[in-house]
Amino acid sequence: MANKVPAEGFLVTEKLAKRFDETLAVDDVSLSIGRGEIFALLGSSGCGKSTLLRMLAGFEKPSSGRILLGGQDVGQFPPYERPMNMMFQSYALFPHLDVWENIAFGLKREGLPTAQVKQRVGEMLDLVQLGQFAKRKPHQLSGGQQQRVALARSLAKRPSLLLLDEPLGALDKKLREQTQFELVNIIEKVKVTCVMVTHDQEEAMTMANRIAVMSKGRVVQVGSPEEVYEHPANRFVADFIGNVNLFEGRLSVDETDHCVATTGIGEVYVGHGVSGKANMQLAIAVRPEKIEIRKRRPDANHNVFTGKVKEIAYFGSYNTYIVIATDGSQVRITEANTARHVHSEITWGDDVHFWWSDDAAIVLRD
Amino acid sequence: MAKFTIPMPGRRFVIGVPYVWLVLFFFLPFLILLYISFVDMGNSIDPFKPLWDPQTGVLSLKYENYWSIFRRGEGGAMFDTIYIEAYVRSIWYALCTALLCLAIGYPFSYFIARAKPSVRPALLMMVMLPFWTSFLLRVYAWKGILADQGIVNQTLMWLGITKEPIFMIYTDVSMLVGMTYVYLPFMVLPLYANLVKMDFRLLEAAYDLGASPFKAFWLVTVPLSRSGIIAGFMLVFIPSVGEFVIPSLLGGPENIMIGRVVWDEMFTSNNWPRATALAVVMIGFIVVPLAIYYHYTGESAEARQ
Repeated sequence: MANKVPAEGFLVTEKLAKRFDETLAVDDVSLSIGRGEIFALLGSSGCGKSTLLRMLAGFEKPSSGRILLGGQDVGQFPPYERPMNMMFQSYALFPHLDVWENIAFGLKREGLPTAQVKQRVGEMLDLVQLGQFAKRKPHQLSGGQQQRVALARSLAKRPSLLLLDEPLGALDKKLREQTQFELVNIIEKVKVTCVMVTHDQEEAMTMANRIAVMSKGRVVQVGSPEEVYEHPANRFVADFIGNVNLFEGRLSVDETDHCVATTGIGEVYVGHGVSGKANMQLAIAVRPEKIEIRKRRPDANHNVFTGKVKEIAYFGSYNTYIVIATDGSQVRITEANTARHVHSEITWGDDVHFWWSDDAAIVLRD
Repeated sequence: MAKFTIPMPGRRFVIGVPYVWLVLFFFLPFLILLYISFVDMGNSIDPFKPLWDPQTGVLSLKYENYWSIFRRGEGGAMFDTIYIEAYVRSIWYALCTALLCLAIGYPFSYFIARAKPSVRPALLMMVMLPFWTSFLLRVYAWKGILADQGIVNQTLMWLGITKEPIFMIYTDVSMLVGMTYVYLPFMVLPLYANLVKMDFRLLEAAYDLGASPFKAFWLVTVPLSRSGIIAGFMLVFIPSVGEFVIPSLLGGPENIMIGRVVWDEMFTSNNWPRATALAVVMIGFIVVPLAIYYHYTGESAEARQ
């Protein structure tokens, strides 16, 4: 898959690696992030995303590799000499200083004249709409307000790069969704290049322009949210981003306009060629929402399978079915509840047909 | 879930025990002290006379015990007495001790708090270890170290830094060395307890915002450890003011501290009323900084909620 790398990389990491004793926390990471981009490092805990961010901020020295910011190698700079600021996980606001002083902290270290500090803090307070809380101490604020103070503090110095460490991790679910958009609006308003770290794929998908999926210290795939969801590079990404049904099988037919894979549940027809070797091992990935489920046999030529309903879960906006296929594997199928008060005809233990269109499946070699 | 509560009589007992203890061993003795400080000096058999003589029916409340602390003789100048001098000297030396303990103890505590969690107990143990040997022995040991023919002077002479031994023992230097040494753990422990709780990411946030390590220490670590500094300072300062043993063993004859004065009034002059009055005034001197301390810790405890 061709990753659309912006022509000029504003932030570039070259073969960046970090070794702690015997473990390689970050392994050979080369990224190019464009000016003004919101770039997410996504991975589960221990995948090295936080270490990578800490190297960008200067809290960890790279074991090897370079960090270029606007063409300048900043890899060996201490954190207090880097033109970037970080919004910390759970914010790390100074508890002994009020909101105003927290935001002014960085500006004062810059040696800005008092009048300018005042003006800039005022601007920041307006930006995050916390003007009336200027004299409050952090512990007197709600979680959402603290998050905005942290954002204002990290933007006050007008950094050329903003680092966000799990920016919404400390908020509850409802507030998180609302804050996501607010945060993106503010970042876009000040036009700052932004690298965020998150373990929450939803957060990465909604906020970022591009996502780097990380696993075991390496970047497994870089792409837009749509790309990583619709065209995962391998089994790991397909499984990590969203839900997916994986059917292991072998390539039996491979033409230019279609291919067929023989899997445990039957023959899977895919509407494009893969130019692979005959009989090669591969996996077919199908997203649950791309599968349809009915009692009657549908009028389709390919990819129609049968099974028995094992579980039905009602999630309000959608239903999830777990169907046991003929080979005993579990298939997850979701169906949007678009109509009100429609009782599904399908219940537990029913024999059902499920199928998907020719272009719904993804062929994974790795 | 049901809240666990101790049944009423048991609860009263649990709360009551410390109160009874405080009344019996702190409040009542203090009342006795206060009582003696207002009566007349006694004779060789009774160290003080009763406040009210049942035979003559005369009530003799004596304020002179206090007056004589502040004023020399009738019509003498105020605050020009050996007592005031001793108070000022005691407070001065206690202040020096507390500041020295802070200067030595802060890096000490910082180092322990930043050490690996697995070695912290061992390091703390090393701070506490001197308590396991007799206090007197340790103070006497300093005599040997600081004496004219002691280890310090011998080393200095051997190195050729001085020809003559430097006179240290029985001076301010030896006394402050001894006091600082003895009280250092009282500074280290509260400071450690405070510093170990500090969130290291706050320092990272300070670096990130452009503060050099020194600035970050000064603007973040120090203000956040303020309650620890105050606690340690008070724990050293308060007992140092009334310190009696170390000045007698290591101090010179000219720098008499208030503890020594009280001792002399009590056992040499046999003037219990004056000795107790001196003690009551000293408590007054200590209660003021203590009140400040509680004011500040109360405030910061409120802020933490």
